[in-house]
Amino acid sequence: MSGGEPRTLAPPERRRAEVTANDSIGAYSLISARDDDGPAEPRPGQFYMLASADGWGGGQDERPYLPRAFSYARARPGPEGVELSFLLEDVGPGTHRLAELHAGDGLHLLGPLGLGFTPPADGRRAVLCGGGIGAAPLLCWAEELTSASEVLLGFRSAAHAEGASLFAGAPTVVTDDGSIGRQALVTEPLRSTLQGDPHAAVYACGPPAMLEGVRALCAELEVPAQLAMESGMACGFGACFGCVVATREGFVRLCVDGPVLDAARLETALTPGAGH
Amino acid sequence: MTTGPVDLCGVPLAGPILNGSGTFDAIAARRAFGDALLERFPFDCFVSKTITVAPRQGNPPPRLWESPGGMINSIGLPNKGLEGFLADDLPQLAELPVPLCVSVMGFDRDELALLVAALAERDQVALVELNFSCPNVETGLIMGADPGETAAAVERVRGLSDRPLIVKLTPNATDPAAVASAAEAAGADAVSIVNTLKGMALDPRSGRPWLGGRSGGLSGPAVRAIALEQVATVSGTVAIPVIGMGGIASGKHAADFLAVGATAVGVGTESFRDPAAGRRIGAELAALRPWAGAATADLPA
Repeated sequence: MSGGEPRTLAPPERRRAEVTANDSIGAYSLISARDDDGPAEPRPGQFYMLASADGWGGGQDERPYLPRAFSYARARPGPEGVELSFLLEDVGPGTHRLAELHAGDGLHLLGPLGLGFTPPADGRRAVLCGGGIGAAPLLCWAEELTSASEVLLGFRSAAHAEGASLFAGAPTVVTDDGSIGRQALVTEPLRSTLQGDPHAAVYACGPPAMLEGVRALCAELEVPAQLAMESGMACGFGACFGCVVATREGFVRLCVDGPVLDAARLETALTPGAGH
Repeated sequence: MTTGPVDLCGVPLAGPILNGSGTFDAIAARRAFGDALLERFPFDCFVSKTITVAPRQGNPPPRLWESPGGMINSIGLPNKGLEGFLADDLPQLAELPVPLCVSVMGFDRDELALLVAALAERDQVALVELNFSCPNVETGLIMGADPGETAAAVERVRGLSDRPLIVKLTPNATDPAAVASAAEAAGADAVSIVNTLKGMALDPRSGRPWLGGRSGGLSGPAVRAIALEQVATVSGTVAIPVIGMGGIASGKHAADFLAVGATAVGVGTESFRDPAAGRRIGAELAALRPWAGAATADLPA
């Protein structure tokens, strides 16, 4: 923590970690790496900039070139430093290269970066709401929250819904196609949950349309919400000014003022260019 | 000490590595990295993001596009404006362990004069860079693309400051060397080149411009060969120091720019991939230095 903010400081240089595992979780890959030189206690919601140490470039359109931002899904103390795990789906040249990594390969990483989640205030119950790959930062957050929290997850298909198996307990799962759980958007069980007990604090991560659904619902029901957002990002530490999102007080850089933002700061969670 | 000291217009630097303006925000980086950033600061001179008289929000997102060997940005010069910079940013930048160069842009010559005069009163400012990659709203010409515009702007501000004035040249000019000569004749102390090259990308889903600002500036290794040629040509034209930049990602690249006549080099996009890139490049350069001078004579004509 730094100055009361949910931020663990990062060393000011990219470092090389060693990949320890690449586990297939349905449609996703869970990449784990030994980070011997980084801080042992990142804050849930913080992220790292990742690139393969070798072969970063020369893929589709000669990409990738820039590192890619990923919230960490798990941080386990190791003999030295920490073992970090990142959940990703092969959807473009960067994620494609990362998904190819094997145990023993080098992973360049910078982090932890940004501001993570803030614990619930006023004795509120935490409700974690994830869409697809957005389940990643909720995994470490669910593990850290000491009081009972509820986890609601929405996925595209049964293959994606295997991501729910990473969570302890029994998260509520819905899918777009009804192959696992009910056929619904995750905002549907969220509405039922909050209407049943509005003394809650919502933590959400997922695609822009889902986050906007969560934001609008929480505004309607007057429930505080923190949204872990996404934007195209070149650097991750405030240098490029590329990752701005519009808030009520103007543009803010997600990498240093987010990626977790209070939903009340947003007119909308729909951010142009996110998900590219 | 990454490599030998450099005299940049009378300002002593511990080495030749600067950052390109707008590619490193030392204040934001200190929030992410803490005081370790100051202990292992990556540059020998820090160049601020460009400031304007009035605050600017910058361009609407999306602002970035990854391209082969580089990226296109359309940021739009977000900054707090002169007053906000002097009150909030300058005291923090003064804590950096290296000399400070402040980059400024005016949308007409009066604005430019206001900026240069205000910075002349601040001891923390060692150098001033004039970003001329914008249109003069009075004439509609890109200041840095036209020798006459450049000369008129430098002449207007030359007497307002005793600090070294660096003119940042745009590569998007018919003849950057002519612009550099005009800047030199008007009293500029140095030139830096290149800024980004104009570029564009389309949204693959809609076929419309991807960037919120429609077009943007290309940077990264993709521009290095163009930048090297422009640095060589400008260095051969003017007698004042040239700060060379454009896609530098290793000590060898930095040595190339020095070999064609640059006095110092800027690291930009590579810092996005690793905030310590400047320090690494300086160390690699120091290891190469013994034969870097010999390379000049060996260059093909």
